[in-house]
Amino acid sequence: SGQESAVLSPAKKLRLSKPSKSAALHVDLCKASSSTDALQYLLTFSRKPVEAESVEGVVRILLEHYYKETDSSVRLKIASLLGLLSKTPGFSPDCIVDDAINTLSSEKSHQVLAQLLDSLLVIGSQLPESPAVRLRLIEVAYKNLSDSSFGVRTKCLQLLGCLGLLEAPLGKDTAMRDVQSIISDYFGDQDPRVRTAALKAMLQLHERGMKIHQIIYDQACRLLSDDYEQVRSAAVQMVWVLSQLYPESIVPIPSSNEEIRLVDDAFGKISHMVSDGSWMVRVQAAKTLGSMLQVSPHFLEQTLDKKLMSDLRRKRTAHERAKELFASGEFSSGRKWADDAPKEKLDTNTVNLIASGACGAFVHGLEDEMFEVRNAAVEALCQLARSSPSFAEKCLDFLVDMFNDEIEEVRLQSIHVLRQISTHITLREDQLDTVLAVLEDSSRDIREALHELLCFTNVSTKECIQLALLELLKNLNKYPTDRSSVWKCLKFLGSRHPTLVLPLVPELLSTHPYFDTPEPDMDDPAYIAVLVLVFNAATSCPTMPALFSDHTFRHYAYLRDSLSHLVPPLRLPGRKQVYGLDSVDCGSGSGSVESAQLFLQQSLNRVSTIQNLEAAGAPELLDLTIRDLQRLGELQTELAGAADFCATFLRCQLLLMKALQEKLWNISVPLILKQNITVTAAAQQVLDESYKLEFLYSGLENRQVATIHHVRLQAKALQLILAARTRHGLDSLISSCEKFLQDVESFQRLFLTELPHLQDSFVEKLLELLPRLSSCKPVEQVKILQTTLRQSGLLQLRLPEQIHRATATIIEPTGESDNPLRFTSGLVVALDIDATLEHVQDPQNSVKVQVLYPDGQSHVIHPKPADFRKPGPNRHRLITQVYLSHTAWTEPSQIEVRLLLAYSSSCSSRLGWTDAMDSLHPAEGTVEGTIPFSKHVKVFIMPKPARR
Amino acid sequence: IGKITGCVFPLQGAGQDVGRSCILVSIGGKNIMLDCGMHMGYNDDRRFPDFSYITQNGRLTDFLDCVIISHFHLDHCGALPYMSEMVGYDGPIYMTHPTKAICPILLEDFRKITVDKKGETNFFTSQMIKDCMKKVVPLNLHQTVQVDDELEIKAYYAGHVLGAAMVHIKVGSESVVYTVSVNKYAKSHISAWIDKCRPDILISESTYATTIRDSKRCRERDFLKKVHETIERGGKVLIPVFALGRAQELCILLETFWERMNLKAPIYFSTGLTEKANHYYKLFITWTNQKIRKTFVQRNMFEFKHIKAFDRSYADNPGPMVVFATPGMLHAGQSLQIFKKWAGNEKNMVIMPGYCVQGTIGHKILNGQRKLEMEGRATLDVKLQVEYMSFSAHADAKGIMQLIRMAEPRNMLLVHGEAVKMEFLKGKIEQEFSIDCYMPANGETATVTTNPSVPVDISLNLLKREMALGGPLPDPKKPRTMHGTLIMKENSLKLVSSEQALKELGLNEHQLRFTCRVQLQDPHSDPDTLHRIYTHLKSVLKGYTIQHLPDGTVMVESIVIKVSSSAEDTNAKVLLLSWSYQGGEYFFTALCIVKRLMYQ
Repeated sequence: SGQESAVLSPAKKLRLSKPSKSAALHVDLCKASSSTDALQYLLTFSRKPVEAESVEGVVRILLEHYYKETDSSVRLKIASLLGLLSKTPGFSPDCIVDDAINTLSSEKSHQVLAQLLDSLLVIGSQLPESPAVRLRLIEVAYKNLSDSSFGVRTKCLQLLGCLGLLEAPLGKDTAMRDVQSIISDYFGDQDPRVRTAALKAMLQLHERGMKIHQIIYDQACRLLSDDYEQVRSAAVQMVWVLSQLYPESIVPIPSSNEEIRLVDDAFGKISHMVSDGSWMVRVQAAKTLGSMLQVSPHFLEQTLDKKLMSDLRRKRTAHERAKELFASGEFSSGRKWADDAPKEKLDTNTVNLIASGACGAFVHGLEDEMFEVRNAAVEALCQLARSSPSFAEKCLDFLVDMFNDEIEEVRLQSIHVLRQISTHITLREDQLDTVLAVLEDSSRDIREALHELLCFTNVSTKECIQLALLELLKNLNKYPTDRSSVWKCLKFLGSRHPTLVLPLVPELLSTHPYFDTPEPDMDDPAYIAVLVLVFNAATSCPTMPALFSDHTFRHYAYLRDSLSHLVPPLRLPGRKQVYGLDSVDCGSGSGSVESAQLFLQQSLNRVSTIQNLEAAGAPELLDLTIRDLQRLGELQTELAGAADFCATFLRCQLLLMKALQEKLWNISVPLILKQNITVTAAAQQVLDESYKLEFLYSGLENRQVATIHHVRLQAKALQLILAARTRHGLDSLISSCEKFLQDVESFQRLFLTELPHLQDSFVEKLLELLPRLSSCKPVEQVKILQTTLRQSGLLQLRLPEQIHRATATIIEPTGESDNPLRFTSGLVVALDIDATLEHVQDPQNSVKVQVLYPDGQSHVIHPKPADFRKPGPNRHRLITQVYLSHTAWTEPSQIEVRLLLAYSSSCSSRLGWTDAMDSLHPAEGTVEGTIPFSKHVKVFIMPKPARR
Repeated sequence: IGKITGCVFPLQGAGQDVGRSCILVSIGGKNIMLDCGMHMGYNDDRRFPDFSYITQNGRLTDFLDCVIISHFHLDHCGALPYMSEMVGYDGPIYMTHPTKAICPILLEDFRKITVDKKGETNFFTSQMIKDCMKKVVPLNLHQTVQVDDELEIKAYYAGHVLGAAMVHIKVGSESVVYTVSVNKYAKSHISAWIDKCRPDILISESTYATTIRDSKRCRERDFLKKVHETIERGGKVLIPVFALGRAQELCILLETFWERMNLKAPIYFSTGLTEKANHYYKLFITWTNQKIRKTFVQRNMFEFKHIKAFDRSYADNPGPMVVFATPGMLHAGQSLQIFKKWAGNEKNMVIMPGYCVQGTIGHKILNGQRKLEMEGRATLDVKLQVEYMSFSAHADAKGIMQLIRMAEPRNMLLVHGEAVKMEFLKGKIEQEFSIDCYMPANGETATVTTNPSVPVDISLNLLKREMALGGPLPDPKKPRTMHGTLIMKENSLKLVSSEQALKELGLNEHQLRFTCRVQLQDPHSDPDTLHRIYTHLKSVLKGYTIQHLPDGTVMVESIVIKVSSSAEDTNAKVLLLSWSYQGGEYFFTALCIVKRLMYQ
């Protein structure tokens, strides 16, 4: 019978395949009385997808019609359909290659020919593993390269670029020239589009891993002065590619007998393009410069060269003047009339009017009319400066200048760039002055970027610190919402420059050697700002606390408690060191992290000695370990994520353990009910926790995910057992059993690779019993499950490298305000929300805002994607407005706002198990839910009755 | 061989470099006047160009094909009503839309000052300005305007002076590009853009030929910082300006700064001319720079949010404020009145954004004078801060070089500059681009000879046939010769196939054949010899059609080979080779092969 079925099954398949599609097309095309009709049919046909098995039939019919058709527009459509159809997933186009190639020979229309070649390109790229097909297609391309239409030539070059063989076929056909030299012949084509296509094809070859010959360099350089911008743009890319391939080759300088490195030559040529006529080319050139890191420093520095002259006399640049003023100790005396008067006479021969080579490339780029070019130049400057400290120093003036660009994007970009290179540089006072002026910008993004920059900035003098503090306080005064950002900025400023802060302390704290000064207001954000600066400086400056007055110490204690993330622990004279929290922080350094890590591992090892969920003394051990881990998480912030994760996991195990305790299950049925409630709750909690484990932590590996799913499976088994005991309806039991078995199967499918690591576990035992389970009756199944669950061992948790818990902190609203937010009932009021999110992946889709009204109603609001900013790695910031509305209530009342992390878990979601069918029916087996991951913030609001 | 002449208009007593732009160009038989400016420094006849120089008492309209105005500054358009109405010119005058809008305001203002205030006569009237403007044809950017059948002009964006344009003038295959260094207000070296149109001449102003300027950003920043500091101190800022151009630029600068920094202090500008000009800036927003154009999606930048019109009474208001007031040199008018009011307070500030002529109060305070004598023997203590902020950033030598690089002209013509400076730039241009550079003095004519290309029509059939003959196309590395007949008929040139030429001219075709006799010794009989030649040729010349014809001849392509022996010596054979003139190249190959065979 086995043989029989083997024979039968293909027959069955044939019957199932649908001939309808191709048949319908055939009928339609035959019915078409004119080419217009035929075109219409084809257009409607192309809108619907075709099943993979009927593609070949459809192609045959199309080709048949193709040869009959006289109208070129219909043939064009057919040609394009060929390409479209061969992209059908699941269809391998090798069976239609020959037919498609044959159509070329009889085609007269250039347009159709180009389209056919395009379709062949699609077919060719669908068949990457077939060298024979490739060879044929390349041959076709060679043959048609001499076509008189630019479209055909362009397509042929594209074909060569995408499919050209990386290794020349050895001795097979000598007539077949090297693909590179053939393509490069078309660098001189009469049509700019073909020239562009040739360059692009060459770039394509490079991308595919072919080494481009160095001869191409000269040809590409010549194309840099082409009349057409797209050619020049592609040529810039080409020159860049070659400069990366042969940086150290030596090329001659024309009209002299000197020689330079190729990368320097290319750098000069691309720099020249920064003053091209077309802004697209300028953007391209400016961007490209940034990635040419091998260039000699001498050439690099030329890019910032600007010689000014007035009436043939040398003039100093404003930068030079500023520097001199600074050096002479006189700062910003104000511009006098003609203080930029030209100085010495210039030798006319040394003046370079046209930027030859790299000369002044960035000076031009940064002053370009189009902000796109300026932005690209800033970006390139950044990349180059990061690899060369001396260049970073030189470009500082220029970057600082960009802080006043008229376009916000450019300003923001240059602030970011300066931050990235700030390790290399120290700001001069005049530069800092310019930088700080931006603090008053009305754009929040700019200000925050600047705060971020100031955190990383080195300054040279104590005046700089004073200036920075002054401006930051001004900023705080003007934009009170910047509070936390300003404080953070001062924290870093203080800890970076303790010696510069020291002489300022008396003035900052307004202390006096003899007189007591009035105690400042502790709630004044400006005063807190000053204290943050001073305290942070004091950490590495033990002499500083001697300058504090009494109330300063009190304020220190208060702030250390309330703003512990901003105020560091200090060793204060005459004060007992508070051990505990502080001591861990004090002993910062890798040692403590390592020891904490060791402790974590030891705790886990200890737990792993528990044999199975019934082992005696296990609950106590788990309890203890969970407590340890929680404490560890609080103490060692680096390990908070990992410790939390482990604790939660162990809590799940503990809950399961308690739920399975013998005595609960042996008591008589009438008493069960009460017990059931607690066990049901436990099962539900484990399930919930398992979702938290899966979605709240980032950095999980497949192994941990399997462990989490395993816990979930256990919880589900528990639920099933409970259901069997309480419910009497056999039907519902059967369906839940089936569902459970499905879950087990999908677990097996998803974590096939992880199964060897799950020895002795619940799942392993289940899988052993699976044949028996699936055949026996539900009641029996439940019994088996119960024993298996009890006997299964505790799964050992292995920690991944980095594991972080997603957290969210709502900065605004603070929840401190006593003034109710008033609004007219029935209308809306906007509430500003400002929150920082850490370690949240894809916040645009997962983070929601929940609003709870006093009457228990709740709303979930999805913020716009644009409301999320990314100030740093693994950090996001949500600045949004939620609209509240309610009918009137009588008294001011509090609403609660919190952030939720939405997840959607199907069996497939996490691992990207993509089956064509799954994507069609995503609803099945998906569990969607939300995890609250921020604290509640209460907002006082008061609706006013609507006016009549 | 064509000729283009560029002539710089003579002005008596010229020698300074401000004002009076007027250039006459004749190209391909057309005469075009580029700009029609006046000299601001003179009050007599010398202020206008001497138009009699062109026509020698003829009518201007008969001589000039068109007048093109590049932008609205009076030194480029001031003499226009004089020329069109008083001298008399009725032809077309071209200028861009914004120039057309703003030009009459300035002319009217100028007229008022000269006639109403100074009481001069013999000057154009308001009506004349209006009549003159009626003759103006507005231009759009990148629009090709056909002045007549042969002359076409096209305008390109030239910089930040509203509506300033470069013009590309073309007659047949000859062309000229005219540009003034208007991007002196531009932020960058590249703001003007032009096609790679490869004109025969690029005419450019070279006033700042020897200057390379610094980034404008530093200057702007200084300016804004000073204003900001004064405002924060609670002081008042006075900025004396001239009505157009820089005033708008500074307004935009302050407006954006106020917006950016969230400042609240009021900004005023004095009423009158500036207001009207602002109106046109509002209308022609598309002609301004990228930032302004981009912002337009939200609002028109010239719909100032923070800048309001000034009223005289505001000057006494307490608190900080910024006021733009005319005129720019503090010599009279509103700016002077405000200055007098504010001069006594050291918290206040005056910012001079430009050059001040000697003798004006502006000049005095810039030179540090702290006590001013006013009319009526009163003295004024100047306590307020005086700042100089030069915004007259010049279009520098680099800008001109940039333009040359973009347009790739064959010749360069520099006008309006001091000889020494021009000499420097000329040297640089010739060195960098190796093109000829001319620098005619005022009244001098520069002549540039051109090599106009001669267009020839070719028949499509001939082209196709020749293409089919040769190898694969394209092979740009090798030029290809083609055969055809050039027919010159009624001012047009045509290249056709020889058959068609014969047909058109009604001539019969003549065949031309050459015959060559080769004597050689061969013992074989005639047919044998011929056969030997045939088989040999057949074996050597593969791919050629070689036939042995029954009449005793061998044909190689079009060459006929015959063998005959003389009667007396049968060994002495005479080989007859005959070929038509087209088959020449085959002939020598065939001859060589045959000869080699026979002498073996």
